[in-house]
Amino acid sequence: MELKEKLLSSYVAFENNVNINSDVHEIRTKALKDFEELGFPTKKLEAWKYTSLNSILKEDYSIFPNKEEAIEFAEVKKYFIHDIDSYKIVFIDGKYSSFLSDTTHDVIDVCLLSSAFTKSKHKAVIENYFNKVAKQDNMTALNTAFASEGAYIYIPKNVEVDKPIQIINFATGSDSATLLQPRNLIVVGENAHVQIIERHQSLSENAILTNVVTEIFAEKRSNVDYYKIQNDHSAASIVDNTFVAQEGDTICSVHTFSFGGKIVRNNLNFFQNGEHVDSILKGVTILDDKQHVDHHTLVHHIAPNCESHQDYKGIYDGRSTGVFNGKIIVNKEAQKTNAYQQNNNVLVSDKATVNAKPQLEIFADDVKCSHGCTIGQLDEQALFYMQQRGIPKKEARALLMYAFSNTVLESVRIPEVKSRINKLIAQKLNVNLGFDL
Amino acid sequence: MLEIKNLHAGIEDKEILKGINLTINAGEIHAIMGPNGAGKSTLSAVIAGKDEYEVTKGDISLDGEDLLELDPAERAHKGVFLSFQYPVEIPGVSVTNFIKTSINETRKANGKEDMPAKEMLQKIREKSELLEIDRKFLSRSLNEGFSGGEKKRNEIFQMAMLEPKLAILDETDSGLDIDALRIVANGVNKLRSDDKAVLIITHYQRLLEYIKPDFVHVLYDGKIVKTGDASLALELEEKGYDWIKEEINA
Repeated sequence: MELKEKLLSSYVAFENNVNINSDVHEIRTKALKDFEELGFPTKKLEAWKYTSLNSILKEDYSIFPNKEEAIEFAEVKKYFIHDIDSYKIVFIDGKYSSFLSDTTHDVIDVCLLSSAFTKSKHKAVIENYFNKVAKQDNMTALNTAFASEGAYIYIPKNVEVDKPIQIINFATGSDSATLLQPRNLIVVGENAHVQIIERHQSLSENAILTNVVTEIFAEKRSNVDYYKIQNDHSAASIVDNTFVAQEGDTICSVHTFSFGGKIVRNNLNFFQNGEHVDSILKGVTILDDKQHVDHHTLVHHIAPNCESHQDYKGIYDGRSTGVFNGKIIVNKEAQKTNAYQQNNNVLVSDKATVNAKPQLEIFADDVKCSHGCTIGQLDEQALFYMQQRGIPKKEARALLMYAFSNTVLESVRIPEVKSRINKLIAQKLNVNLGFDL
Repeated sequence: MLEIKNLHAGIEDKEILKGINLTINAGEIHAIMGPNGAGKSTLSAVIAGKDEYEVTKGDISLDGEDLLELDPAERAHKGVFLSFQYPVEIPGVSVTNFIKTSINETRKANGKEDMPAKEMLQKIREKSELLEIDRKFLSRSLNEGFSGGEKKRNEIFQMAMLEPKLAILDETDSGLDIDALRIVANGVNKLRSDDKAVLIITHYQRLLEYIKPDFVHVLYDGKIVKTGDASLALELEEKGYDWIKEEINA
């Protein structure tokens, strides 16, 4: 049976099985209809022109893994930023692992969407925020139809969260190929601050497909600092759909580090609903073999006097392929917008490809929008210079790649995350430079 | 120490060096002078191993070891240092991190452990004082936004840190004011010792007032056409290169 049919036919059983309020039920049923109509995206869709899911959709995925899998912390410690104190929400094959997690209801709520769906305490938040910013395209509709579990984070106003929150999804794929559809809801109240680290990690050779939706709501004057670490197994693919709604005077940044996985598609969407908003979208992508990463960003400037800063760096080796599609929409009302987009790519091998496409739709007349896109090779003069100073070619190349990525790395505000990223880059480039940048 | 025999080299199909013979012994300072386009910078790049140049004939050896068999980093590990005429900017890598990596990679290649952090710091302090380099300067990205003089001083700082067996200074004096010239020369003179050698490549004799060469060679049209002592440099300064050209063409 094709995956789409399999999903559609299993829906009834799924929906009857879950105890939820009627609003959510309605949203999910509607989303299923949308998905039924839309189906999986194909390359015929402009937004999916360079990314085909065909090779991963043909797997016979287990949709609702029902075995409880336990993992020893020691086995997976390396996937955590373990050298800092943090809240943790950990899922194994889509199921909450209380053993690996460290949640809280003290002042802030760092817990599970499944419990938020059922507990009256969270009813208003669910009603006001759940599925309110997620745009129902193919993959998001599919996720919404089956939305039942994920991280639920609620930060009341004026709270500066004392330590970062890690959301980690492990896939054991213990029996077979597995489809996972986590759904995260993050609401950050007025004047509140939060830092979040998200990671999806397969522990198996079996094919894993993760279709995750994260909705982030930043209320007035709040500050959200979000990091996505993508360094998954070569049989694991992800479609990451993230939607950020920003009210006035907020600063939200999302850093995406893509070093691994089979097919990685990031749909990162920002909506600036209030004035004096700053949206920061940054990424470093380092690929080799046949890896594929597609960054689709959207910044929608709805209100006036806002800024957006995008900076994506890509380094492509082997037969890897990259896509950067950065769309900026400036509404007629969004005067004095300052939108900046930078996308620089280095092709290390002749066989690697990158497709870069900036898209600007500007309806206001008093705006500053700049975009720059480059595709090039490593600087031979610089390589010779470094080699002349005794740095072997491999290390010299690595150092240049670090340097190239530095404009993104330098804005990482959690030192342990930065040092982890440094290590992952060194690992990826197979060097040991002995220092962090 | 350095032995160059009948060296022919060029870029693509163009021959630039047309049979260079040069022997530099430990403890000596040699200067190569010559008009623009004579092949001075090509010679330094070929010794350092820049791969866009092709060596078509001849040998280069350092202490009996064939340099042409080695890549640029391996040559550096053997003690070849080239101070670049145009040092490359490397945004995102600080001067300190760069020199640490450089030193430790060289040590690693020579079978030594990393330099202990304390010793490294002390050495950085000592050498930066020698070259009158501000501490703040060391945390800046390598050569990025440096003035011409700062770049050159930074080259000599790296040289002082690495203590190479053979230092080649390619037009190190260009773009330097008189104070910077004195500082750079002082750095080079401090490195001078019986087991090291320096090859200065320059268009003018200005730098040679501060670093006194044992031998001066004139490079013209890819060949060394004249060799003398320090007084040859003064003669060139006074009379220019035309008399040499006439001598050759006569």
